[in-house]
Amino acid sequence: MAVFYRRLPRMDYIRPDTVDEVLDILAKGEPGRYKVYAGGTDVIPKIKKRIMPPPRILVDLKGIKGMDYVEYDEKVGLRIGALASVRSVAESTVIKEKYPVLSQAARSIASIQIRNRATIAGNLCNAVPSADSAPALLAMDAELRCISKRGERAIRIDEFFKAPGRTALEPDEILQEICIPAMNEKTKGIYGKLSPRSRMDLAVVGVAVLGRSEDGFFKDIRIGLGAVAPKPIRALKAEELLAGSNICDETINDASMAAALDAKPIDDHRASAEYRRMMVEVLVRRGLKYILD
Amino acid sequence: MERKKIRFTINGRPCELEIKTWQTLLEVIREDLKLTGTKEGCGEGECGSCTVIMGGRTVNSCLVPAMEADGQEIMTIEGMSDGDKLHPIQEAFVGQSGTQCGYCTPGMIMSAKALLDENPDPSQEEIREGISGNLCRCTGYTKIFESISAAAQNMRLSQK
Repeated sequence: MAVFYRRLPRMDYIRPDTVDEVLDILAKGEPGRYKVYAGGTDVIPKIKKRIMPPPRILVDLKGIKGMDYVEYDEKVGLRIGALASVRSVAESTVIKEKYPVLSQAARSIASIQIRNRATIAGNLCNAVPSADSAPALLAMDAELRCISKRGERAIRIDEFFKAPGRTALEPDEILQEICIPAMNEKTKGIYGKLSPRSRMDLAVVGVAVLGRSEDGFFKDIRIGLGAVAPKPIRALKAEELLAGSNICDETINDASMAAALDAKPIDDHRASAEYRRMMVEVLVRRGLKYILD
Repeated sequence: MERKKIRFTINGRPCELEIKTWQTLLEVIREDLKLTGTKEGCGEGECGSCTVIMGGRTVNSCLVPAMEADGQEIMTIEGMSDGDKLHPIQEAFVGQSGTQCGYCTPGMIMSAKALLDENPDPSQEEIREGISGNLCRCTGYTKIFESISAAAQNMRLSQK
């Protein structure tokens, strides 16, 4: 058990005004000296509990102007700045209209107090397997624009998560923007989350199903799974099975079972691996039926 | 490192303080400003006892580095009443017995205020959602929902 000190350790605090300043700091290559944070709702408790080695200096990214945008363009799709709060994403009218599954996932995160502070970018960088925004963003093929002194690069979200708490971000790099392609107008999506409490709880299983039906066939079905593997994953076997398949109960059942096998859950105090696997099957089936509705 | 100066407004009063850079907003409110209405519960953002309103939005003050308060407007439970005259939400918590041990009450009231500021006529579901980040171990919540409903109604009536 981690010891919980309640107090933060002695550290300095800075609030740079520009991305360049942040990158300069990170480019110094002094691992452990700096810790960047946006909302702080994961970083601060981790430092208090000494799960994360206390940095010498906390670097507050919120001083950077104009990074909290949510912008939509019919051609480009959706762009979410790294400092956009979970609440602003959950309440954005354009996201509600064009990407309801993301809006739903954002609303399911913790409490209002947390959503006011936390960011979607931070939810991804924290990289817990149960991150609520991850299954939806995986299903939507989000691309993560990252920046460092060495330049910019885009990381596909399915290559971003490496292990519990670990991402593809280099120590000198920050996540700058989340890009989500424009969706076909007929695309529907739903995020199913199971947790013992209806609010303020981590997902025991999180399943995002996205896609559409066209002339009796499944089209572009994408399934993101959370809390059932060391990192958020796509249910690729299930997706493959559905690609171009005609719509019938048998396909839906086969795909749901395939998704359950795509999951690699563990037993822990929240739920058993067996239960998680069964619930993946149930939630994928529900998701597919919702798309057909 | 060590101490830095911050300026902010607390309960409508401008304030200038020298704080340790690693203090949380909660510590500054309770220990430096001696406003002990705001409570520390879990210290990790689960319970909502330390809820205050910063820049118009509720936050768990135990998770906010106090340095971030610089330039902000903050409201705590002490800022709710007008002298001896309680705020209608406080009146309703008294009237409807929305308080038992009282530890969660300041946080509850701050969340209720933020809710009613945005939505003067919330449904039962919206009230539940609005205080879902505040835990109460005594009341079973029913009396708290009733208090917030009553407060909303009284505030709407007095507006007319």
